[in-house]
Amino acid sequence: MTTIRHANLEVGAASSAGEAEEIAHDMATNTEAAAHPLVTNKVRQARLSGGMSASNRDRIINVISPIALLVLWEIATRTGIFDARFFPAPSQIFDTLVTLVGNGTLWNNTWASLQRLFWGALLGGVPALMLGVAMGLYRPLRAIVDPLVSATYPVPKSAIMPLILLIFGLGEASKIVMVAIGVFYPVLINAVAGVREINKVYLDVGHNFRASRWQVFTTIAVPGALPLIMSGIKLGIGMGLILIAIAEMIGAKSGLGYMIWNAWEVLSVETMYVGLLTIALLGFLFTLLLNEIERVIIPWRVQR
Amino acid sequence: MATVPASTLAGNVAPVKIRIRDLEKSFDSPAGRVVALADISLDIPTGCFFMIVGPSGCGKTTLLRILANLETPTRGSVEIGSPAVGQPGNSMIFQGDSLFPWMTVWDNAAYGLAMRKRPKSEIDEVVGHYLARIGMTRFAKAYPNQLSGGMRQRVSIARAFANNPDILLMDEPFSALDEQNKVMLQEELLKIWEETRKTVLFITHSVDEAATLGDRIMIMTAHPGRAKRIVDVPFDRPRHVLELRAQPAYGELVFSIWGELREEVQRARALDEGEVRS
Ligand SMILES: Nc1ncnc2c1ncn2[C@@H]1O[C@H](COP(=O)(O)OP(=O)(O)OP(=O)(O)O)[C@@H](O)[C@H]1O
Ligand SMILES: [Mg+2]
Repeated sequence: MTTIRHANLEVGAASSAGEAEEIAHDMATNTEAAAHPLVTNKVRQARLSGGMSASNRDRIINVISPIALLVLWEIATRTGIFDARFFPAPSQIFDTLVTLVGNGTLWNNTWASLQRLFWGALLGGVPALMLGVAMGLYRPLRAIVDPLVSATYPVPKSAIMPLILLIFGLGEASKIVMVAIGVFYPVLINAVAGVREINKVYLDVGHNFRASRWQVFTTIAVPGALPLIMSGIKLGIGMGLILIAIAEMIGAKSGLGYMIWNAWEVLSVETMYVGLLTIALLGFLFTLLLNEIERVIIPWRVQR
Repeated sequence: MATVPASTLAGNVAPVKIRIRDLEKSFDSPAGRVVALADISLDIPTGCFFMIVGPSGCGKTTLLRILANLETPTRGSVEIGSPAVGQPGNSMIFQGDSLFPWMTVWDNAAYGLAMRKRPKSEIDEVVGHYLARIGMTRFAKAYPNQLSGGMRQRVSIARAFANNPDILLMDEPFSALDEQNKVMLQEELLKIWEETRKTVLFITHSVDEAATLGDRIMIMTAHPGRAKRIVDVPFDRPRHVLELRAQPAYGELVFSIWGELREEVQRARALDEGEVRS
């Protein structure tokens, strides 16, 4: 019985993850175009709003909008507009949350997922950054690797999950590798684009001042490509969150994905929501954190 | 005022720093082959302040880029005397913006020294010195996008000087400056140069600037770029920009260079129009 359920779930999970990946894919290919309108938007906002700075106002809106959504949901469930079996009220979910926090379940599972996410991001992100920047600098390397990337990138990462399980087993390794694969592509693709967008005159300056290959790499290619690399990292972490949830639903004994899957098996809808909300919250916190990191490591982007 | 045809300069008494023979550079583009430079033969003595003027697109930048080893000649040879031990051969001040946007003014100015892994104490001293001389000490921690175009040009001058190269290649370094700042920086440049007597190649569109700063002025022809004439500038050094410009001999020199240049600019324009019509 359970095996049939598993099979169903795999198909379901794969197709929904496929959709999510498609969106992430579109975002990855559109980052160049998207990056600039965003910047000009910020400039315009800064001019329009008189007293408060645009970034401060953005931060406040970022906090208020999810709270408003929760209030509406509570009302909708209590008044019977929503079916409480599928959409339990936020207050009920909150009770479950308190229980899961109290007995350590939520924290243990979140910690397990975070660790996998961290190691996966490191394992996928660092090589992607090195290889991407090198590809941006050296045409022959680009000629060799580009076809491989183009051929493998469109394959839904969730579709290779069985293969990864086969190779790396049911333990930690397969989860970390899944995250790594998800982080790898957006970082790589953005790093290549970022380096190729660097004005050639900067490379001439490096050459004229006798910068070694490694010095060109660290003082010109990486900082020059950093704005796009950061976009790649953001997309990669988003991808990693999607993939870790999927990976933990298959053959895992811990993690948020496991918690959600297990909640479905024991029909604890509230626990499922707690898991979903935790993942959403993680995504939100990662976005804030990465924006903050971006602000610190790209100080030259500051408007005058 | 002595005007010397380009070809008779060979065998000059001063030691030659740069010897160029039959230099040609062409670019292949989808629109066809563009001959940027042709028949350039030239000796530049050590310590010469050598000015290059010519119509836009006549290959001035290309010539400097070949000397900086950023471009290879299509034909001909370039010989450059070796620098002192441990000294870089040349530093270029690029036309337009070339400061790294991701580095502060200080880090930009320190770039050459940092790439050569000089000790921090030396970098602090040299960079501090040159930032002070161009009046940018206050902006050491600023990023280039927080500066005006003229301030950025000043920093790129400091970047080249701080590297202490044997030869300075300056591609229109003062073009984004207003007249007052330009005169001040010309004075400053003359002072620094007086102290070091480096070989300098300096591109400008300003005949005034060429006559004020240079020992020799090469006037170039357009399409392809050739050395039309090389003019010796007879004024004594040290020079003071405004005093110099008050002399009658200065006016005569500028006037004669203008005459030659105007011919070239008109010829270049006629060629361009011809291309448009055909
Ligand atoms: N990389 C290149 N590819 C093709 N053509 C080039 C290239 N670089 C320069 N050229 C051509 O060579 C000619 C000389 O260019 P160059 O930049 O040396 O002119 P310039 O004298 O410095 O002009 P300006 O005074 O406007 O700076 C121009 O016709 C230009 O179009
Ligand atoms: Mg030029």
